[in-house]
Amino acid sequence: MLAALARRAATGLAVVAGVVTLTFFLLRLAPGDPVELLLGPTATPAQITAERHALGFDRPLAAQYAAWLGRFVRGEWGTSIATGRPVRALLGEAVPATLELVGLSLLLSYLLGVALGTIQATARPRIDTALSVATVTLFAVPGYWLGLMLVMVFTYWGRALPAFGRAGLDGDLLVGGPWLADRLRHLVLPLATLTLIGIGGIARFVRGAMRDVVGQPFVRSAHAKGLAPFAVASRHVARNALIPVAILLGLSFPALFSGGVFVEFVFAWPGVGRRLVEAVLARDYPVVMAATSVSAMLVVAGNVLADGLVGWIDPRIRHRSEEA
Amino acid sequence: MKRLLRDRRAVFGAGVLIVVVAAAIAAPLVTHGDRGAQPDIVSTRFLPPLATDARGAIHPLGTDRFGRDVWTRLVYGARISLGVGVLAVLLAIAIGLSVGAVAGYWRGPLRALLLAVTDVALALPRVVLLLLLAAVWRPSAALVIVVLGVTGWMSVARLVQGEVRSLAARPFVESARALGISRLRILWRHLLPNALTPVIVAAALGIGNAIMLEAGLSFLGLGVQPPTPSWGGMIASGRDTLVNAPWVAAAPGIALVLVVVACTLLGDALQDALNPMQGLRR
Repeated sequence: MLAALARRAATGLAVVAGVVTLTFFLLRLAPGDPVELLLGPTATPAQITAERHALGFDRPLAAQYAAWLGRFVRGEWGTSIATGRPVRALLGEAVPATLELVGLSLLLSYLLGVALGTIQATARPRIDTALSVATVTLFAVPGYWLGLMLVMVFTYWGRALPAFGRAGLDGDLLVGGPWLADRLRHLVLPLATLTLIGIGGIARFVRGAMRDVVGQPFVRSAHAKGLAPFAVASRHVARNALIPVAILLGLSFPALFSGGVFVEFVFAWPGVGRRLVEAVLARDYPVVMAATSVSAMLVVAGNVLADGLVGWIDPRIRHRSEEA
Repeated sequence: MKRLLRDRRAVFGAGVLIVVVAAAIAAPLVTHGDRGAQPDIVSTRFLPPLATDARGAIHPLGTDRFGRDVWTRLVYGARISLGVGVLAVLLAIAIGLSVGAVAGYWRGPLRALLLAVTDVALALPRVVLLLLLAAVWRPSAALVIVVLGVTGWMSVARLVQGEVRSLAARPFVESARALGISRLRILWRHLLPNALTPVIVAAALGIGNAIMLEAGLSFLGLGVQPPTPSWGGMIASGRDTLVNAPWVAAAPGIALVLVVVACTLLGDALQDALNPMQGLRR
């Protein structure tokens, strides 16, 4: 078990290293000189040369890469060009916001998606068809558009919920109950958006997984020996159908994070995704590099956790990976 | 084929796609023609759906803040969305087929390397990669196609790799080898045609996905640039006028959902039709 997890962690590290390297070389390939960008149009050629030397841009690419990697590992992520703040502080504030939104949405969309898929797999064909139409539609809705429509209904028409940010303007002054209420009110719309777009895909997958298991001979024999339908569904079907669902959990992290980027952008949620989009639009390269790496790390951490979960649900997989 | 025609999902999906493609091709005939037309910015802006402007022209989906006809822009936007989606998926399939075929047919370190690269690429958040690439180069429709192509080939590569690998162990490949046919020719003439089935399904699902991502990039301002109409760009511009003209953002979103649903349903139906064993099990 531990050996398998260690191997997964090593693969994860390779992914992060790949992303970091890719980011570095892509940004160096980019047209336009970061130093000119940094100093602005009024800088003289002499100033640009001096600054380029100070920042090490006149050294060979490999040396720059090694130096940058060293700084990155030590946590020296530089200063944001656009805001002048240290990148680490900028992202340090953003990670909890993203974890809150994406984590809660993950929980909710899996609970609702598994429930919906189970109902579909066991319900009459007509109900199954109606729910399939609903899940396919949810699966196809772009998060940012759904977010806008919810804002239109609940903020502009209903005047019921705030549409922007993680806390109100007076958020820092509130304590206790009012503080929690303010946070929750701001959470509702982004969370609902991200959860709704997640449910569709999960329900579709769970329905398929359940159907595959329902047709197996061991389910028929469980029915034949007189077990109650609920006992068959919970102990024999669900337990086996959960394995692909847990594998999906690991695979869905990149997609969930991607959805989070758009939802954070639309709702001005101060998370990693929004920082990344802002930095991309402003060509704020230090932040782009760090935010990309942090995103990759979050996704990889999620993958490793999901792998551990699969091994825990299905001992066969655990043992197989230990032998391999 | 018969099986597909009996499948309501396939009929609906293909129907929607045929209508959208036909409208996109015949765009000048079914619309006012000029996608940028701003006849009279004061009297024709923010007209609600089905309104008639001062000159008697009907605007089926209303007008935006510049007085441009939303229906016209929607239909011309379909050209961009569908074109970008199809080309991006073709590029992704080309890359995926090459990588998958090589990894599936040549054993040894090359296979291990290609599979490792595929796994790493699969674990990246695609949108982050898209943002990174769109940040580095000047946004354009061509860049979106390339970017979607180079971030979307992994699932095809895995499918093809698996198929080719299992096909390569079959007796007919061995007899082809015994006849002295070169490996490349075996791969091209005997293995790839047999491995194409899952690729067709992946393509149908991939086009929906690519269309959605293109719209997302354009929504963020990193894809197709205005004034060229694209669905994502239209949603972004409608975002500012959500209060007084919700139809500007609503219409392209509904079109997007319809097309992506159509692609998904068609892909599902194709999967069942091309995979009779799975159909029987249900």
